[in-house]
Amino acid sequence: MHTGLLAAEFGSEFWATDLQTIVVGATGNAACAILGCFLLLRRMSLLGDAVSHSILAGIAAAFLLTGTTSIVPMFAGAMVAGVLTAVLTQALHSLGRVPEDSSMGVVFTSMFAVGVIIISQLGRVHLDTDCVLYGRLDTVSLETTVVAGYLVPRALLSLVPVLAATLLFVSLLWKELKITSFDPQLATAAGFSAVGVHYLLMTMVATSTVASLNSVGAIVVVAMLIVPAATAHLLSDRLSTMLIIAVAASVTAAIFGCVWARVANSNAAGMMAVVAGLQFGAVVLVAPRYGLLSKAIHNVRLTLRILSEDVIAMLYRREENVEQSPAPAGERRIAQATRSECLEATGGHWLSGLALAVLRRRGELRALGSDSFALTDSGRRLGGSLVRAHRLWESYLDANFDLPADHLHEPASHVEHYIGPALQDRLAESLDRPHRDPHGRDIPQSGGEQK
Amino acid sequence: MGYNTLVVLTGAGLLGACSGMVGSFAVLRKRALMGDALAHAALPGVCLAFVALGERHLPAMLLGALLTGLLGIALVTGLRYGTRIKEDAAIGIVLSVFYGAGIALSRSIQNTSTAGSRAGLESYILGKASGMIIGDIALIAAASLACLSLVLLLYKEFKIVAFDPGFASAQGWPSFQIDLALMAMVAVTVVIGLPAVGVVLVAALLIIPAAAARFWTDRLGTLLGLSAAMGAITGATGTLLSSRLGWAAGPSIVLSGTALFLVSLVASPKRGVLHRVRSNLDLAKATADAKLLRAIHSALEGKGFATSRIPVNAISRSGRGLDRGAQQALGRLKRAELILEDEPGTIELTEAGWQAAVDAVWNYRVWEHMVDATSGAVSRIPVLGVDPFSETLSAAELAIYESAIQAEGRDPRGRALPGMTKGAP
Repeated sequence: MHTGLLAAEFGSEFWATDLQTIVVGATGNAACAILGCFLLLRRMSLLGDAVSHSILAGIAAAFLLTGTTSIVPMFAGAMVAGVLTAVLTQALHSLGRVPEDSSMGVVFTSMFAVGVIIISQLGRVHLDTDCVLYGRLDTVSLETTVVAGYLVPRALLSLVPVLAATLLFVSLLWKELKITSFDPQLATAAGFSAVGVHYLLMTMVATSTVASLNSVGAIVVVAMLIVPAATAHLLSDRLSTMLIIAVAASVTAAIFGCVWARVANSNAAGMMAVVAGLQFGAVVLVAPRYGLLSKAIHNVRLTLRILSEDVIAMLYRREENVEQSPAPAGERRIAQATRSECLEATGGHWLSGLALAVLRRRGELRALGSDSFALTDSGRRLGGSLVRAHRLWESYLDANFDLPADHLHEPASHVEHYIGPALQDRLAESLDRPHRDPHGRDIPQSGGEQK
Repeated sequence: MGYNTLVVLTGAGLLGACSGMVGSFAVLRKRALMGDALAHAALPGVCLAFVALGERHLPAMLLGALLTGLLGIALVTGLRYGTRIKEDAAIGIVLSVFYGAGIALSRSIQNTSTAGSRAGLESYILGKASGMIIGDIALIAAASLACLSLVLLLYKEFKIVAFDPGFASAQGWPSFQIDLALMAMVAVTVVIGLPAVGVVLVAALLIIPAAAARFWTDRLGTLLGLSAAMGAITGATGTLLSSRLGWAAGPSIVLSGTALFLVSLVASPKRGVLHRVRSNLDLAKATADAKLLRAIHSALEGKGFATSRIPVNAISRSGRGLDRGAQQALGRLKRAELILEDEPGTIELTEAGWQAAVDAVWNYRVWEHMVDATSGAVSRIPVLGVDPFSETLSAAELAIYESAIQAEGRDPRGRALPGMTKGAP
């Protein structure tokens, strides 16, 4: 009973500490994730990284000039440093002809170096490199203040307004941000100031970075500016959906990162970045449209379709040959192929066996005996369509391009898989409905029926 | 100078030289920030090696760094080619996530193991050049030598891939493998630089000397040598600064590199900002001079070339006198003895001035004709009215346009050509 109470007390205390860490982390992360989406779409992700490094110089300089760590000079210094990074990078690029990535590299490493040196010279009063590099996320619950009767972490006093400002910024400038992010030329042509929006965005990035820097640290800021946006980018093609997903990803990263750090006795900021990375990794694999897995599935299905169509077309051509050879009257001879012949027709691809199985299951191929296959009626229709596509394409190439006759088959056997009935009809139309291909073979008419 | 200082200076100088040389390729190949991603991605490798061995063992930690660093680069490349994520975002993702993992790991190690091993991991973040010993120098020297021999061996291959990878592939060079060799050099350089400069700033060692050296030369061989020299100076002075002033090693080295970069940026004779500003001013002056000469020519033309003297007010568009730029141009032309102003307010072209005015008008008309003939679809429109044709257009192109308007006898706006209606003084 006594020990149980103790455990409960410990548990609740841990919970209270962690909850504060999570709330602070989630607030900062969400602001960064929202802005990160726009950075990503504008291909400026690394500028976010550069800005969050350079800001150190701004904060340090502000401290050097004013001698306080109060919020106004810190913000001003950070803002100046942030915008300066963007301006200097651009200036070095256009004035000094330094390649863009190198000019960014020069600017942010130099500014970061200045920041580190100033801070280390100041002694570790209120600013130290540790807190900027790792953040003070693990100790936010130690610095609290009372707001409306509730004890809240002091970091929230700057993070909540910044998140609100970010939301306000995005909702007020939604249209402008959208158009300048997706099509800056169109925006400029339509009279929006793309440059103005650019620098406003940089200012917002600098603002949320400086607010987050002291509490969550530079690593998380960079990670949250880039990773959740990238995760969302793989999951959505709509800006609004992308923003929502990015925010959700950043908030869950805050929760799980904090819990993981507690379990592994580690640093919450680092773990949040790791969780965001894992989320991204998972999405890279399983995203429904842009994931590697769905791409692989799509590729396998396409390969299967092409392999099975190759088998069908091969059998269809055999039937043509059989029909041309003399047959006993009234009897329809059936063309057949052995399993190994079928596999050979597909070039011996590793999926060929599977393609055969699929064809049989779909009822386009039927087994004759143990090792022979022949077309069914539906298989014959498919084969007719394929061969029609192939020969129409050969005719089209022959009519429109100056190609030798032995160069027609190869392209046609690639393209035949992508020419559906509608396109076949249009090709036939444009060639005045030919009955024979350039090699003198019959072109099957639509519906798969031989003329 | 003490032995220790000498060791550290040699090490930092050698490191700077190596990264200067390797960085030249990274900068030319526009892979500068790949080095940054690699450096950040190396941190978890350092920590993992520490966890695996349970002690601070430099070669093992550098090997760990190399492995995770290369993994990071592989991920950047994979993301770039396999997904819709662009290269810059891929670099950002890899560097922030790996760095976060490194921090989380190092914190976890610190929180669970003894204080003695703690300092070792911390120093990888901002670097600690003063800890360098003679064994480290041997390592740096070996790596530098390896990079140097690779560069000497594959000089032609690196050159072609650095400047034109598309051309290299088209010519049948294995540009992917060459790229791989380049990235391997970058990786080795970053990793040996880690202990001295730290993961956050080691990329600067690759970028800054190379970017600075690029201002001074257009030749690859010179660039490599110069960049290596600048890197060596950067490394050595940075280390001196660090030990004299007690600054962290990484930032000191970076800032001494930045100083070299700024000097190059400003003072380089061909690509420097000073030169650029001066040549822009020269161009502006030449343009203003040509404009004034054309205005005088046009005013004389308006009088049918009956007179060679003209009041200054007649050549200003408003009729109320010249604007500032034109007045300055007038002063310059008088000093060059192209214009005489015997009585105030009335000017006259000298023989040389007349020739210059005819040239200016002629250039302008040829330019107009060219824009007219190509509907403005020329990629290299020369600056209006100055004499850039000989530089911008080939002699053959120029001849086409010149003979075209000569054949017509009139310019596109239907005016008579200068020199053909000779009413010269």
